[in-house]
Amino acid sequence: MHEYSIVASLIDRVQQEAAAHEGARVHRLHVKIGELAGVELDLLKTAFDTFREKTICDGAELTIQSVEPAWACPSCERSVERGSVLRCESCGRPARMTRGDEIILERIEMEAPDV
Amino acid sequence: MCETCGCGDPEIVPIEVQERILSDNDAQAAHNRSHFENLGVLAINLMGSPGAGKTAVLEATAKRSGGRLKLGAVSGDLATERDADRLNASGIISATITTGSACHLDARLVHHALHHFPSSDRDVFFIENVGNLVCPAIYDLGQAANVVALSVTEGEDKPLKYPVMFQKADLVLLTKTDLIPHLDFDVTAVRDALSRVMPDAKMLEVSAKTGDGIDAWLSWLDARRPTAADRTTGQDHHHHHDHDHGHSHEQH
Repeated sequence: MHEYSIVASLIDRVQQEAAAHEGARVHRLHVKIGELAGVELDLLKTAFDTFREKTICDGAELTIQSVEPAWACPSCERSVERGSVLRCESCGRPARMTRGDEIILERIEMEAPDV
Repeated sequence: MCETCGCGDPEIVPIEVQERILSDNDAQAAHNRSHFENLGVLAINLMGSPGAGKTAVLEATAKRSGGRLKLGAVSGDLATERDADRLNASGIISATITTGSACHLDARLVHHALHHFPSSDRDVFFIENVGNLVCPAIYDLGQAANVVALSVTEGEDKPLKYPVMFQKADLVLLTKTDLIPHLDFDVTAVRDALSRVMPDAKMLEVSAKTGDGIDAWLSWLDARRPTAADRTTGQDHHHHHDHDHGHSHEQH
């Protein structure tokens, strides 16, 4: 249940941004979570709904963009499919994950003086 | 102010952040990493299910190295100090990080433990994570390498079921291999599963009971130990401190 600790970090981060921008109420958060980030999206939503109360995020919506993982050869950039052996078919190098493990706060929509 | 209707309500502004949510943990982990590098210590984050044999492998490592390597460990444990007691008895200077109900260690917990650790001259420092194949993988602790213990009784399909843990591993230790004759366990199948989740799949077969494979594991550790040159370079690195240690680094 590390989703609760992720939400705690998320709300801290939003509070910092709100202070920096003199923001008052947060309407929506946009986060991006890789399918292989190890975060269960339903648990994350539940944790957010529980923890947002009485914080700057009270009443805010959480929009989650899920990201499919992808791998590619670090030298020839040939893509390597999910579920296959994660090595380049042509040169045999270990593939590199290019996306799919991110846990990112992208954007906050908040009421703030126009900047 | 709202420009649409002039109602006087504050405008809703989009604030671009584009940052890792766990950036605080990342910063703390980077701090831990520079501690380890400056001290010339190889730090290993050892993860695996409860009962995978993490503590037993460390005991066997201490026994086999026979005092050649100075070993240290902190063990994440929900409620007891049993692992640290076992490790201390085996000659590994150890402390416990009691996590309560937390399912993983984070960089802050490890940092706190480092500051209270009784020794600063270790060659290899193991961070034995909480037994769990999911949560610990997400938190960088400042380690030089991630090692996952997977026991033969857990089955060959675990890498496919828990890809997040295995994709972050630098090495998998297949433990309890002395039990293979009693099981329908296919080592080829687990190697195949690993190659589909771990791009540079590396696995060593070990038995803490018989000592088989422990030499290869010790060689793997030796090959990763920082050299004297690394350590000098490490000391030249800018080491940012924005908190009060209450003591100097030399005392760690």
